[in-house]
Amino acid sequence: MSAYIIRRLLYALPILIGVNLITFVLFFVVNSPDDMARMQLGDKRVTQEAIDTWKAEHGYDLPLLLNEEARGLDKLTETIFFQKSLKLFAFDFGSSDSGRDIGYDISQRMWPSLAIALPVLLVGLSINISYALMIIFFRATYIDWGSVVLLVAMMSISGLFYIIGGQFLIGKLFHLVPISGYDTGFDATKFLILPVLVGVVGGIGSGTRLYRTFFLEEVNRDYVRTARAKGMRERVVLFRHVLKNAMIPILTGVVAVLPLLFMGALITESFFGVPGLGSYTIDAINRQDFSIVRAMVFLGSVLYILGLIMTDVSYTLVDPRVRLS
Amino acid sequence: MRRALAAIALLALGGCGEPPWNNPYPDEQAGDNVLYGAFGERPKHLDPVRSYSANEYAFIAQIYEPPLQYHFLKRPYQLIPLTAEAVPVPAYYDADGNALPADADPAQIAFSEYLVRIRPGILYQPHPAFARDERGELLYHGLDRARAEAVDTLADLPETGTRELTAEDYVYQIKRLATPWLHSPISGLMGKHIVGFEALSERISELAPAPVDGERPFFDLRTVPFEGAEVVDRYSYVIRINNRYPQFQYWLAMPFFAPMPWEAEALYAQPGMKQSNITLDWYPVGTGAFMLAENNPNLRMVLERNPNFHGERYPSEGMPEDAAAGLLKDAGEPLPFVERAVYSLEKESIPYWNKFLQGYYDSSGISSDAFDQAIQFDAAGEAGLTEDMREKGIDLATAVDTSIWYMGFNMVDPVLGGDSERARLLRRAISIAVDFEEYISIFANGRGVAAQGPLPPGIFGHREGEAGINPFVYEWHGGKPVRRGLDEAKVLMEQAGYRDGRDPETGRPLTIYYEAMDAGPDGKARLNWMRKQFAKLGIELVVRATDYNRFQEKMREGTGQVFMWGWNADYPDPENFFFLLYGPNKKIDGGENAANYGNPVFDALFEQMKNMDDGPQRQAIIDQMTEILRRDAPWSFGFYPKSFSLHHQWLYNVKPNLMANNTLKYRRLDPSVREVLREQWNPPVLWPLGALVLVLALGALPAIVIARRRERSSAR
Repeated sequence: MSAYIIRRLLYALPILIGVNLITFVLFFVVNSPDDMARMQLGDKRVTQEAIDTWKAEHGYDLPLLLNEEARGLDKLTETIFFQKSLKLFAFDFGSSDSGRDIGYDISQRMWPSLAIALPVLLVGLSINISYALMIIFFRATYIDWGSVVLLVAMMSISGLFYIIGGQFLIGKLFHLVPISGYDTGFDATKFLILPVLVGVVGGIGSGTRLYRTFFLEEVNRDYVRTARAKGMRERVVLFRHVLKNAMIPILTGVVAVLPLLFMGALITESFFGVPGLGSYTIDAINRQDFSIVRAMVFLGSVLYILGLIMTDVSYTLVDPRVRLS
Repeated sequence: MRRALAAIALLALGGCGEPPWNNPYPDEQAGDNVLYGAFGERPKHLDPVRSYSANEYAFIAQIYEPPLQYHFLKRPYQLIPLTAEAVPVPAYYDADGNALPADADPAQIAFSEYLVRIRPGILYQPHPAFARDERGELLYHGLDRARAEAVDTLADLPETGTRELTAEDYVYQIKRLATPWLHSPISGLMGKHIVGFEALSERISELAPAPVDGERPFFDLRTVPFEGAEVVDRYSYVIRINNRYPQFQYWLAMPFFAPMPWEAEALYAQPGMKQSNITLDWYPVGTGAFMLAENNPNLRMVLERNPNFHGERYPSEGMPEDAAAGLLKDAGEPLPFVERAVYSLEKESIPYWNKFLQGYYDSSGISSDAFDQAIQFDAAGEAGLTEDMREKGIDLATAVDTSIWYMGFNMVDPVLGGDSERARLLRRAISIAVDFEEYISIFANGRGVAAQGPLPPGIFGHREGEAGINPFVYEWHGGKPVRRGLDEAKVLMEQAGYRDGRDPETGRPLTIYYEAMDAGPDGKARLNWMRKQFAKLGIELVVRATDYNRFQEKMREGTGQVFMWGWNADYPDPENFFFLLYGPNKKIDGGENAANYGNPVFDALFEQMKNMDDGPQRQAIIDQMTEILRRDAPWSFGFYPKSFSLHHQWLYNVKPNLMANNTLKYRRLDPSVREVLREQWNPPVLWPLGALVLVLALGALPAIVIARRRERSSAR
């Protein structure tokens, strides 16, 4: 398995270089180093000298991808792309364009993101699985039919509606929790209730529908029929046998997103004033802070690849028939 | 069932008399003298050498103290001393260094000297940069890298100290303005005005040590001589300005010219500090009424009363209406009134507005979404609060901003620009046709005043009433300006050679390109409206919507035809608006004159006006300049935005001051009223929870019945 993991990690290198290159090109199609300097220095009274000084100070005075004035390998290395990308692979994110240490900011902001994402995942998972099993239990009844209608309706509603509706009902009308905000330590609890609730409710539609499909596939298999023939109660059949076997696709799907939980939710964090990595990325895009955008895209790619590797490994753990080679 | 109903009743009653559950602040802060506000965008810089935006000034202007400030209540805006003993009066000298009288011919003046005397005995806030050990050595100035890297926040350096503010600190900061790697936005401007500024910049570059691993070692600017700013004695320093520049005194009221103790820069420059973002850009050190107690721009910024504050009294004089408005009740009382100010990050307007209504923010702006809920206009068009707002005891404060949004014509464009009568008439016709009153009504919720010239109200030179209208666009009817009719605009078009808006060369409708910076969906309605305005004259307007970067690029290259842009005053002087149309300041030459307007007569008058003191002579020249602009019409003057802000009944001493940023010290509040009202407004409503439990229970019943029936039934 170690050889497999090492091989997968090596495969990741060209992917990361590609992602980095695409991010770089997309960013600089829209923004030039001069634009970035203006964004940092402000609109008013900025001289070209000040812009040139800023660019030189931050390493944006080099050509973007190819330095035609340089010789040999320097043509590629004496460029913004190379200079800014190399350190990323050592996870040295450097400073943002406004001068703050990106690594430090990420280490501070990943925890609020996780504080929302992890409960949403766990609570959502248990509710969705339970609800899906209940639908299976009552399949071909009005409960099944009504639930499918309800779930499709819930899937059709925008996530933003859940956020605004949740804030309006629970925060504004019922005065049960703060509408938005965040705090550190245990004091964060009262701020997490609403975003977690909204995240869970917002995910019930798609999550339950997906798990219902997994369970439906299992429920018609021979071993289920055998269990029933042995006189087992339906809920025992579902919770002991069907659930166990359907856990393989559920678990692998969950494992894939585990590393990405750190990356945060863009809109949720913005509306609830949670200082996580999602709002960090959005802010950076709005401020044209390429250093942060690049670091966050890179980090997202690394975590995604990590998630896929973990998924493969988790197959071997939950299904002994699978061998990685 | 009976038990369930009893539980629901208990839950519902349980809410009575409870403190608010939705209070976003810790319970122990209840009743404290704390002001609560919000900020929508995290500040980029808190170093006074770099900060140049309102959201940054909201914090640093409470901490850093330049020598001058604006009077809180008096209008027109008036400079008064802050740390200085008096507003400095410039002394003038000729090229040989001979003193000249105050009324000397500006052409003779080679340089001006501003001698600033600061008051003795002013102390800095407690700060680790000043902490000393038993031997009197600075405690935290010799940290090794490992120790510096272990510092996570300033609280990790627990010992603090202070020292007296000296003239040296002001001179130090002026030298910082010239330091290239600090990227001060005004270094280019000051390079033109302060004697030897550019040479100082070069000298600093030569002498300063190179960065090590991206961190620049401390470079003591006190060792660099500078003729532009020199210490006279412990409490006096002199600034030398090239020629005459009367507007310089306004810069002395901005944080750019606040003092900077060298100890602070030395502390933060230690290797390893930057990795934890412990920099001067994030941890300010000042003498102001407040100090930054918590710096978490991702969550919350907390200002706390500076225990070493030198003391200042609430003003005893104001405008005649201020006494009636209760703004002089605190006259002579020591400042500041509040102990702490907590500003929470609130990016979205909806939660911000709702929390304001719940009493968790003491004041708020009004977003477009909430405008109709908060404001209504009476028959005379005057804005007032809605019944809901009045019932809550909310107050409204309005002020016309010292800003202008204008529609500019690119004067180097062959169709719209130039000094020909044809182009002038065309521009005037467009100025009449584009109905900015309608624009204000539709897109700004009535928050604006149609502009008659480049100077907003509150700036010297602005004229009100009939004398102040733009006669080329407006007429005076019924005691107010009325936009001239479209027929007149069409006549002007005909005189310009564009009968019915048709280009005489092609016979087709005249096509004009409009450069827009709002390419998003929000801007679509605005752009459609603009198309319709030009269509009134038969002109086909082609909108070239793009992002702000490209828009700026087009402006710099002078390739646009018509555009809308704005300007927010740095200081309350007409020079700060007229320079936007000064010939040598054209955008295509690197200046701020986006219309690229140039008129030798106007430029000569500008040269004369900018060096004059306010008075009838200056007013006469301003009138001439305004008249030229109205006739030439390089701008359709657009509108002056009007700001509306709301505050709760427990917040006092709220008067919009568009020049002063250090107004937190004047705010007073009554926390006991706030506590009572918060509880009254936010009782937890628990019946929905009970109802939800009931619904789930009732819903579960048939499921249980079906489940039991199924399990008991025989196999089919």
